[in-house]
Amino acid sequence: MSTYNFDYLDELEAEAIHILREVAGQFEKPALLFSGGKDSITLVRLAEKAFRPGKFPFPLVHIDTGHNFEETIIYRDKMVERIGEKLIIGSVQESIDQGKVVEQTGKNASRNALQTVTLLDTIAKYGFDACIGGARRDEEKARAKERIFSVRDEFGQWDPKRQRPELWNIYNGKIHKGENIRVFPISNWTELDVWNYIRREKIELPSIYFSHERDCITRNGQLMAASPFLNMDDEDVVERKQVRFRTVGDMSCTAAVESDAFLIDDIIAEISASKISERGARMDDKVSEAAMEDRKKGGYF
Amino acid sequence: MNILKFFTAGSVDDGKSTLIGRLLYDTDSILADQLEALQRSNRKNDDGTIDLAILTDGLRAEREQGITIDVAYKYFQTEKRKFIIADTPGHIQYTRNMVTGASTANLAIILIDARNGVVEQTIRHSYIVSLLGIKHVVVCINKMDMVDYSETVYNSIIEKYKILAQQLKLADVTYIPVSALKGDNVVQVSENMNWYEGESLLHFLEKVDTDHLDQSLLARMPVQWVVRPQTEELHDYRGYAGRVLSGTFNLNDKVTVLPSGASSVIEKIEFFDEALDAAHAGQSVIIHLKDDVDISRGDTIVNASALPQETKLIEADLCWMDTRALDTSMMYNIQHNSKITKCKISEILHRVDINTLDKHAADEFKLNDIGRVIVKTADALAFDLYDDNRANGSAILVDTRTNLTVGALMFRAAVE
Ligand SMILES: Nc1nc2c(ncn2[C@@H]2O[C@H](COP(=O)(O)OP(=O)(O)OP(=O)(O)O)[C@@H](O)[C@H]2O)c(=O)[nH]1
Ligand SMILES: [Mg+2]
Repeated sequence: MSTYNFDYLDELEAEAIHILREVAGQFEKPALLFSGGKDSITLVRLAEKAFRPGKFPFPLVHIDTGHNFEETIIYRDKMVERIGEKLIIGSVQESIDQGKVVEQTGKNASRNALQTVTLLDTIAKYGFDACIGGARRDEEKARAKERIFSVRDEFGQWDPKRQRPELWNIYNGKIHKGENIRVFPISNWTELDVWNYIRREKIELPSIYFSHERDCITRNGQLMAASPFLNMDDEDVVERKQVRFRTVGDMSCTAAVESDAFLIDDIIAEISASKISERGARMDDKVSEAAMEDRKKGGYF
Repeated sequence: MNILKFFTAGSVDDGKSTLIGRLLYDTDSILADQLEALQRSNRKNDDGTIDLAILTDGLRAEREQGITIDVAYKYFQTEKRKFIIADTPGHIQYTRNMVTGASTANLAIILIDARNGVVEQTIRHSYIVSLLGIKHVVVCINKMDMVDYSETVYNSIIEKYKILAQQLKLADVTYIPVSALKGDNVVQVSENMNWYEGESLLHFLEKVDTDHLDQSLLARMPVQWVVRPQTEELHDYRGYAGRVLSGTFNLNDKVTVLPSGASSVIEKIEFFDEALDAAHAGQSVIIHLKDDVDISRGDTIVNASALPQETKLIEADLCWMDTRALDTSMMYNIQHNSKITKCKISEILHRVDINTLDKHAADEFKLNDIGRVIVKTADALAFDLYDDNRANGSAILVDTRTNLTVGALMFRAAVE
């Protein structure tokens, strides 16, 4: 019997590929939710490993808040061209224009919460029965509770008290009409696992993940990128800082960290030594102890 | 570095979540902002210290009631190993969530409250551990601080448990006296129990061996997806994508495709842009065969010299996980790897009384009942016995009215 090296990254990778292929096999109209962040970029690589040389059995779907980092959009379009897969964009701006959601006002206004409506509309419009997402259980305590195949009702709601048993590596994808399943292939990966994987696979990332100079203001103890999307007033002082982003979302809710990490090795060293969690840089989680649980119940990613 | 997957089990309030919290806390795995959130929380211990259980009790309802409802997964690593922990609920009502957390683990930590000793849930969970064939068991006698760290109390509990372990044929059991609340013997060996000569829980978890290398000769790969690019240059490309459940496939191996029984030879094994000589248990690959055989999702490629069982009648252990009782007149879906077919539970052979572990004849099977049944499937399944090959010896039952997963099956025998 031959021996072989199968380390923890190989194991996590093989599990994720298995899950992606289950989605392909079990659903009529799946989609891969692509945010432009490192986790969904990792999902794209895993999908390539699952289905190449064939096409992906699903399109990529980007829920676009309109408040993006420019670098993310440039990256997204280049990547879509490279992989030659279909991209569908659900626009929060459109949802606002149609009067389906109302833009928040005030200093901490963000479009993050509005995304849910656009997401649910996009799912309904295309009739997606499964949406693959890059959420990980180590990110947040409500996510730590979620199944890999997570059922959402017709209103997109997650019911944490009534999750189906999920046994061995058998995933039950059966749903009623109108329901859909959110699938999280990298549930069992940690932030560090993702970075180690990106390094191993030599995956290119948007430049905002690496140290760069940027105009920032300090809000609620967090460094925010100064941008037209942030409601600023006279009290806000703009400072030039050497920063990078640890997680990438809407510009108005993603905080930067001061960093000199220019290379992926620097980032891995930085995260290994860090005493703050990744979502410590997300304003959207700071609202209350159950902020994520509540958003998930409402249909969020 | 490899991964150890383990879970905590035991009765309500035996301290499972606190133990996980303690493991994370004492290994410095809790980050500053998470710690800050803990300190802000209003669930505190009586002496004002932070309640470590809320690290895993992530749902609002759990924090309000001070109990665990569903599994929480936590991740940490030391210099020696990576760990994936499933913190499962002790309450009987949520047994199915406990089974969920247990089903993917290779080690079980069973907690016992030193004041109460072995109780019904200890037996139930230990029984489930034995059914699931989990190799390693650590029994932590917890809350030792509340019994004056008494060796006598500890010994009397483990004597009781040893009898249970023997009845359940749990082979590898380790006993550790701990206080999850105070941290004794969790990460550091305790000063309070000099009579205990073993190591700390963490130390044990770091070195327990988990034979990752699958020595099984039963090479099995259920086909999940057929890759057919249908482009001009890859016109004839036809690859079978799946994850090797067990054993090893080598180039030029003779294989059989089930259920058709067609035989062929492995021509090529691909993993993305690599060509491999072999595919081992755990790997997700694409296999090409020399002959043009008809294969689709739900079929299984197996080693031609070690065929699985193939019957429509299977004797199996069943854990029932739905509030609606089993209906022996109903058709359910059975999902076995990538294969789904209809089935009936044609006979209930016995149900197990959890308190005595006695087997009784039964015609009812309700939430959390466990026992032995005969499953009759519409299509034959290509399976192995659970004890020989866990990955190919298990299946779930799905209620086609509700789409809920209602049963866990472990195959014990083919019925001729
Ligand atoms: N004195 C003492 N109390 C403990 C110890 N471990 C846990 N407790 C307390 O026991 C209570 C229950 O602890 P949990 O960790 O929530 O119990 P659990 O086993 O996770 O409970 P469920 O998940 O609901 O089944 C809490 O009040 C803990 O503080 C211990 O070692 N000593
Ligand atoms: Mg608990």
